[in-house]
Amino acid sequence: MTDYDAVIIGAGHNGLVCASYLAKAGKQVLVVDGRNEPGGCASTREFSPGFNVSDCAQWFSQFDQSIVKDLDLKGAGLRLGKAKATISLQPDSDHLILDGDHITGAGIDAVDQAAYRDFRKMVRSFAKLMTTLYRSRPPKLVEQNWTDRLTLMKLGLRLKLLGRERLRDLMRIVMINIYDVMNEHFTHTALKSTIALEAVTGTNMGPRSPNTVYSYLHRATGEHLGQTGTTQVIGGMGNLGRALASAAEKQGATLKLGAAVTAIVKTNDRVTGVTLASGENISAKVVISSADPTTTFRDLLGYHQMEAGMAKRAEHYRSRSGTAKLHLALSALPTFKGLAEAQLVERLVITPPMDGMEAALNPMKYRELSDLHTFDISIPTVEDPELAPAGQHILTAIVHYVPFSPDIGWETGRPQLTNQLLSELESYAPGIGSLVTASELVVPSDFEASHGMTGGNWHHGELSIDQALMMRPFPGSTQYATAVDGLYLCGAGAHPGGGLQGLPGRNAAKEILKRGALS
Amino acid sequence: MSDISRDTMLLTTPFHSRVEAMCDLNDWGNWMGYTTPNAYFDVELEYFAVRSTTGVFDLSPMNKYRVTGPDAQRYLDRLITRDVSKIGINRVGYAIWCDDNGQIMDDGTIFRLGEQDYRICSYQRADDWLAWNKLGFDVTIDNESEAVAGLAVQGPTSCTVLTLLGCTDLNQLKPFGIAHYTFEGQPLMVSRTGFTGDLGYEVWVPPETAEALWDQLFELGRDYLIKPIGSYALELARIEAGFLQANVDFMPAEEVVRVGRTRSPFELGLGWLVDFSKPLFNGRSALLKEQANGSRYRFAMLDVEGNKPAEHSFILKGDKQVGTVTSAAWCPTAKANIAYAQIEMPHGAVGDELVAEIYYQRELHWTRLLAPCKVIDAPIFKSPKRWQTPAPPH
Repeated sequence: MTDYDAVIIGAGHNGLVCASYLAKAGKQVLVVDGRNEPGGCASTREFSPGFNVSDCAQWFSQFDQSIVKDLDLKGAGLRLGKAKATISLQPDSDHLILDGDHITGAGIDAVDQAAYRDFRKMVRSFAKLMTTLYRSRPPKLVEQNWTDRLTLMKLGLRLKLLGRERLRDLMRIVMINIYDVMNEHFTHTALKSTIALEAVTGTNMGPRSPNTVYSYLHRATGEHLGQTGTTQVIGGMGNLGRALASAAEKQGATLKLGAAVTAIVKTNDRVTGVTLASGENISAKVVISSADPTTTFRDLLGYHQMEAGMAKRAEHYRSRSGTAKLHLALSALPTFKGLAEAQLVERLVITPPMDGMEAALNPMKYRELSDLHTFDISIPTVEDPELAPAGQHILTAIVHYVPFSPDIGWETGRPQLTNQLLSELESYAPGIGSLVTASELVVPSDFEASHGMTGGNWHHGELSIDQALMMRPFPGSTQYATAVDGLYLCGAGAHPGGGLQGLPGRNAAKEILKRGALS
Repeated sequence: MSDISRDTMLLTTPFHSRVEAMCDLNDWGNWMGYTTPNAYFDVELEYFAVRSTTGVFDLSPMNKYRVTGPDAQRYLDRLITRDVSKIGINRVGYAIWCDDNGQIMDDGTIFRLGEQDYRICSYQRADDWLAWNKLGFDVTIDNESEAVAGLAVQGPTSCTVLTLLGCTDLNQLKPFGIAHYTFEGQPLMVSRTGFTGDLGYEVWVPPETAEALWDQLFELGRDYLIKPIGSYALELARIEAGFLQANVDFMPAEEVVRVGRTRSPFELGLGWLVDFSKPLFNGRSALLKEQANGSRYRFAMLDVEGNKPAEHSFILKGDKQVGTVTSAAWCPTAKANIAYAQIEMPHGAVGDELVAEIYYQRELHWTRLLAPCKVIDAPIFKSPKRWQTPAPPH
């Protein structure tokens, strides 16, 4: 007799989604997490008195709508802001605005607009195809059973429906890089780099790195999965975490926060439970980890408890990131050159041309600070003033091309990089520096420490073709099961990967139920 | 001592000067990158030295890995399929190791030299696999292959000869036991192990004393008709005694590129080395699955009619081809024509009557022979001396 049917490691969004679906099916589920708040990367933190920042994930754009509905997250208190346009800030203040299929500004002409519509149409058709795969367990290519065959048949049908030219395009571009694809489709420099930014954010790649087309398409699935556009969660991202937690509890799952798992317990040849930092042991029919694969296998289970080939694969799993976050507390709303106050509600991005992005990658690769960065900026207080003291504001920016651990060390590097980033911002928002009352730079190693993401990688492991779909996280531990009996994965390290989607959690729950692992 | 260049592509063993001096035929082979004699003077006479007196085989090219550290035993227990804790100190265990798919990578012997001190003696180079296996374990792996020279001293008079060399009370050493001596001021280790199925020992010394060991062994053993033996004679002895050979009877899993060419322990008749009571070892889950679902092949020892070795033969059941031969020899002592075959399931059970399709040629005239054969349950050569303690006097 076990304490629970399933114990889930990590109360992040995927852990909670998985718990909800299992509890909904009548299973006894316990979710444990070392953090005191639910949500994992969907978290809000007061980084300076009165300033509450979404301290990890910033945008809500690809959360699967079926989960929102199934778990009644709106009823559980989830409220979203408006769908945001993307404004790509230009040095000459003639900004490029992308809103759905429409692009304006920055000298965009009819040819650019037509090219953009065509490109979007193509991306939509590919993303739709990926959505089919994302919403189901990834099919194995060999040893197929009927479920896998059905998925492959659906996929095959969709591929066929793409038409010959599209199919050829997909096969041609998916393994190349976003740099070449941009140059094929566009001539407008800022348009190219603005799109390329989507492909590299959250990764450790430059626009000329292979796999950037795949990472771009991954983000593009949001249009089909989320259907919300890029938006913010009112009250901060932590409210998504809380909504998910209350939905899970409503379904009957139990949450135990502030209780870090220190080990996955293996008895004889199967996983039988977890040990908490308090020393308490909890037994369950299965353990489902939403921690990343490196943490799960290397740190919690231990390589010595796995067969060697699997340990080797886990060790080879790549999980690096060049993405940091800058949090600023501002005494007033900043002024951006060429932007009306009302436009500050939108998503603002700053990126050098693609060659500059690629050049910015180099210092990062060699553990140095770059003098050029990309920014993905949100000023959440425009739409949600409650996040800061009255009249004051918060600016958060996803900043790319920051090394995990620079050779000069973060003690020296952190103030240096903060100043560098502020001076880069200053040229677009003159005077912003004087508004800053508090600042915080969260570097990849901080994300690893605070949110348990190995390498600071948002996706719980790099999202590249060799670590995707039926190979995620690695062969031998796919379809949410692992090579160790009784241990399952439900986090972003499982198919279809990261970003706030909830699909790994949902798919894992369905798969575990289907296998009868809890009966 | 002859002056051998070390700048050749094939390496020479620490015994090479002596081996070369005795290699009357000058018939050399390449054994895992080392120049080794196929035969010294006459294959059959060398073989009969092993069976009647003492044969000496230079096994220095075998790979030797020292495994030490607090997790040495746990490390090996995960690596190999049998229970390592059952190998006592100064004991040797025959072992196989598999990849995660339950396919055999190699077989070898595990020497337990201390509480957490082991030596793996393997046919294949295993540096890479052993290094990957370290993940999660506090162990040190040292490749001692060149630091340890070895001679197999095998046959009915072997104990006597080694006793004369100074291995006191060697006759008390049990099969798979290890004894330590000093030779020329250096350590000399003897294990009662071998590849011939008879009374025999393997002697391990540092390379510096290798030549002296050879010289004294042959000097002291002269009256006991000690002879050097090459790979061909050993091949005969091992087939007769029922030992498998990597790269001959199975392909090491890591070397295989074609799908389905690897073999599991069950498919090689080595299921007795698989201990499922251990909660974890490489290949365990795949082997459990195989145990439940059935194997693809069965390893069979065949007693073949006639005296033509069934080398590379197809094995037929009726008109259907059900297997192939991996090793075959006319075994002089047992006076039997023996073949090892990989037989497709469900064929090849003990007692099964099959046909070996043998091709042989005399003066470019090829003959096809359909030789009836029968699956036997044990090696054809059985020497009680192999298991007797004290070792019987000759």
